[in-house]
Amino acid sequence: MRRRCKLLIIGGSAGSLQVLINILPKIVLPIPFAIVVVVHRKNTYDTILEDLIALKTMIPVEYVEDKTVLAPGIIYVAPSDYHLLFEDKNTLSLDGSEKVNYSRPSIDVSFESAALIFKQELVAILLSGANADGTKGMQTIQEEGGVTIVQRPETAEIPYMPEYAIQNSNPDFIFTEDEIVNFVNSTIQ
Amino acid sequence: MIEDKELDSLINEVFEHYGFDFGNYSKASLKRRVDRLYQLDGFSHFYEFLYRIRSDEEYYKRLIEEVTVNVTEMFRDPSFYAVLRNEIVPLLATKPFVRVWHAGCSTGEEVFSMAILLKEAGLLHKALLYATDINASVLETAKKGVFPLRMMKLYSENYMASGGTEDFSSYYSANFNIAKFNTELSDKMVFSQHNLVSDTSFNEFDLILCRNVLIYFDNNLQSRVIQLFDDSLSLLGFLALGSKETIKYTGGSNKFVQLRKEKIWKKIK
Ligand SMILES: C[S@@+](CC[C@H](N)C(=O)[O-])C[C@H]1O[C@@H](n2cnc3c(N)ncnc32)[C@H](O)[C@@H]1O
Repeated sequence: MRRRCKLLIIGGSAGSLQVLINILPKIVLPIPFAIVVVVHRKNTYDTILEDLIALKTMIPVEYVEDKTVLAPGIIYVAPSDYHLLFEDKNTLSLDGSEKVNYSRPSIDVSFESAALIFKQELVAILLSGANADGTKGMQTIQEEGGVTIVQRPETAEIPYMPEYAIQNSNPDFIFTEDEIVNFVNSTIQ
Repeated sequence: MIEDKELDSLINEVFEHYGFDFGNYSKASLKRRVDRLYQLDGFSHFYEFLYRIRSDEEYYKRLIEEVTVNVTEMFRDPSFYAVLRNEIVPLLATKPFVRVWHAGCSTGEEVFSMAILLKEAGLLHKALLYATDINASVLETAKKGVFPLRMMKLYSENYMASGGTEDFSSYYSANFNIAKFNTELSDKMVFSQHNLVSDTSFNEFDLILCRNVLIYFDNNLQSRVIQLFDDSLSLLGFLALGSKETIKYTGGSNKFVQLRKEKIWKKIK
């Protein structure tokens, strides 16, 4: 069964970059939804993450600024030092308020905001990390009818974040990298 | 999370009772901030929250303080200050008198950073820095020029990363846990309340800094504010925004040219 999706949002922390680099290039084009990546990143000024993803995939990567227009078929990466929010289905916005879970961007903040805007048309994936960020956001996504996927902890470099999400929310799927790719290519549209 | 219609009723109440219009603030951010305060103060019904706001002016002030984001730093984004120092300040040197406006100055760290740049360029004596915000309590802090001493390590690192070569600690005197900045800097500052939503232009400036304020506004309000800055800038004056802000989505972009990829625009007509 196929499922309509306007936004695929991926959250990750320590150990998630490699997973992103592995799965994003395997997504089959054209992509009828937007992809937003929220990972904890340190350096304020670099665009290394964007550049690396751009290098590895055919999917265009756009640098996010305040009120950047969200469009299908494009990858957007949350900049460091700002929370990434969804103003409406076509507009991103940024917010410099306090860190959440010691993080800015926080995955919870973006997941919750996406859940409220996209409701059932949202698929969220939570990857490797050493932080509890993401779990609350997963809960909101479930309440709003979106799909939640967690990386199988045994396959994560740092299993804490996916494990925490599994214990404290009830994710729809617990997937390996290959299963994630499969799901994205065959189930969502 | 509070409902959209609850947020709308709060916006209406605040406008009716206090004349402050949150209607064109960015909804996503405003909703989070209002929800945070609602949870923090332990209300169990939204109407209690509304009642409190309406009937208690002190609580309304708290709402404004908590809902607006006041996070700031000295020499925030050192690379921005390096461009300001190396490329913009030298252009101001040719003016007989230098007027700078910090719109949304919060607790003033940005204004003191600017004063230091001007001082080091030998321009402070002929400069005036106007610093405005809607929040009266941040302006009180800004006026004092007193910041937590524990921040000085970061600020001094930022200062050096932005190209500063003086001894940063010579700009303040340390006392217990506070750093009081020299009055030589604050003597050139004027602080006052100004609301970007509804107030008009009050002077002509050579440089306007409005950093990390527009992100909290929707596209319509951003356009209004850019128009206000256009009205308040001299020809060939500069507008500086925050590191993730742009005038691209506002109506006024044809009046300005951007300095490379920096967050600095020159008014060209
Ligand atoms: C995040 S601070 C920015 C401080 C500083 N410019 C910086 O970049 O570090 C945002 C400030 O904008 C102010 N602000 C919000 N709405 C405003 C309005 N309508 N008019 C004027 N200032 C406003 C807030 O009170 C807050 O102090």
